[in-house]
Amino acid sequence: VTPRRLAVALLGPLAFLPTPVRADALIADLSSHSIAITTGFTGASMVLFGATDGPADVVAVVRGPERDVTIWRKDKIAGIWANEESVTFADMPSFYAVAASRPLGDILSPASAALYKIGAGNLKFEPRSSVAPDRVRLFADALVETEKRAGMFSPSQEKIAFLGDRLFRATINFPANIPTGAYLVEIFLIRDKDVVGGQTTPLIVSKVGVDAAVFDFAHGQSLAYGTIAVVMAVMAGWLASLPFRNT
Amino acid sequence: MDVYLPIAEVSQNIIVLLGLGAGIGFLSGVFGVGGGFLLTPLLILIGVPPAVAVASSANQLVGASVSGVLAHWRRGHVDFKMGFTLLLGGIAGSIGGVWLFTLFARLGQIELVISLCYVVLLGVLGFMMGIESIRTFLRQRRPGGARRRLHRHTWMHGLPLKTRYRKSQLYISALLPVGLGFAVGVLSAVMGIGGGFLMVPAMIYTLGMPTSMVPGTSLLQIIFVAANVTILQAFTNHTVDAVLAMLLLVGGVIGAQFGTRFGTRLRGEQLRFLLALLVLIVAAKLARDLTLHPADLFAIQTDTKV
Repeated sequence: VTPRRLAVALLGPLAFLPTPVRADALIADLSSHSIAITTGFTGASMVLFGATDGPADVVAVVRGPERDVTIWRKDKIAGIWANEESVTFADMPSFYAVAASRPLGDILSPASAALYKIGAGNLKFEPRSSVAPDRVRLFADALVETEKRAGMFSPSQEKIAFLGDRLFRATINFPANIPTGAYLVEIFLIRDKDVVGGQTTPLIVSKVGVDAAVFDFAHGQSLAYGTIAVVMAVMAGWLASLPFRNT
Repeated sequence: MDVYLPIAEVSQNIIVLLGLGAGIGFLSGVFGVGGGFLLTPLLILIGVPPAVAVASSANQLVGASVSGVLAHWRRGHVDFKMGFTLLLGGIAGSIGGVWLFTLFARLGQIELVISLCYVVLLGVLGFMMGIESIRTFLRQRRPGGARRRLHRHTWMHGLPLKTRYRKSQLYISALLPVGLGFAVGVLSAVMGIGGGFLMVPAMIYTLGMPTSMVPGTSLLQIIFVAANVTILQAFTNHTVDAVLAMLLLVGGVIGAQFGTRFGTRLRGEQLRFLLALLVLIVAAKLARDLTLHPADLFAIQTDTKV
């Protein structure tokens, strides 16, 4: 991620704000800005906390790094279920979770939710090739459902709890198989069904230690990595047969 | 206890991986097949991405086969000359097969191609082996029954480049094992397996090798074909998870040793009948999956490369 892209990503959502917002209307932060994937990684929890300038609702959106996603639909061809039709969506988040102080429908107008892409259904689904609009909707819904089942799009919104009128906190859970890369956490301040303030904060998910070294080696020196993998397997096979030699 | 697999990018239970390796290793030792045709689908089932499952299985097959070959070699049950003749074709075939794999993957049909290959090949082979072993069994029950002809002369015996394979007591054209190696090499790269379950019956029925020599010789050539696939996959697709492969191996090499001892206690036709049964079960399961209405009509394919 280049610094410029990161800056655009960080500031982008704020550019949509319709009215001038006091900078301190909402202050929020994460308990940590990095998740380290180690050998024993089984998922992570992160605390989001902050304060508002008075009674209001708060919504937080966590997005993973974006990439193109192709979704295939199976159909029965000559008695066999085979991939038949596909749509490729550009720049879909690899992870998507929403936390809110109350159910989204109660606190946010559909227009605002769409504008700020709050809720998995409000993501921007842009096919790479021209597809009929009804197909786009069908495949987009299927994509969201499949990602939810895979745990990459959180199936339900998590709860943001207020302590009094101004302080809030929420726990955001990440599954064991989250993709690595630069994540973005957007926190929206909501009053009268509209977004009146916001803040974004980055979150980096990366491999560390032995796993990072193995991954980098496998991608940087792939031929050497493959050869070493084979040599190690041969050694393991030979070693294992030793105790049985004389029997 | 969970362990994070750096290339697969998922966490898996270490006991499950070790147990899976041991089970596959045992089968590998008994039948002289690599077990990839069971390992790959099982890895996918527990949540390893298919591409990583295919490539890492190949990596673990290298180790499991080395262990198996050493065990058979100590009993003098490896025909090195035959093994390397098979390998000549096998290496060429696996290079062609990886090319085909990439082509089908780009078309989004690789999973279907893999499943269809499994169903057809496993179904036919399992059926043939089952029939054959039952016939042999019945013939032995009736001592007065028709005896098999010692040597049947076919077009295969008219091919050039006749070579003597002393250990296998064969005098056949070298083109036969080279061609067999090539065919198995292509299929094994496309299906992501060592190809032992194709190789073993072909060696028995097509080449006419003695059953005792088959597992060791088959494993010998699997070592090299699997090593070739591992390096090609690591180089072109970055899908070899060495941590996963090593965990499978630790269980697998031990399982293979016990499997080899168990296998030598069984008679040839019993071995063939058991293998036929196993092959048919896998084929039936895969055929069912292809024709049943899938639980989910949609599937995601992530484009990691842009």
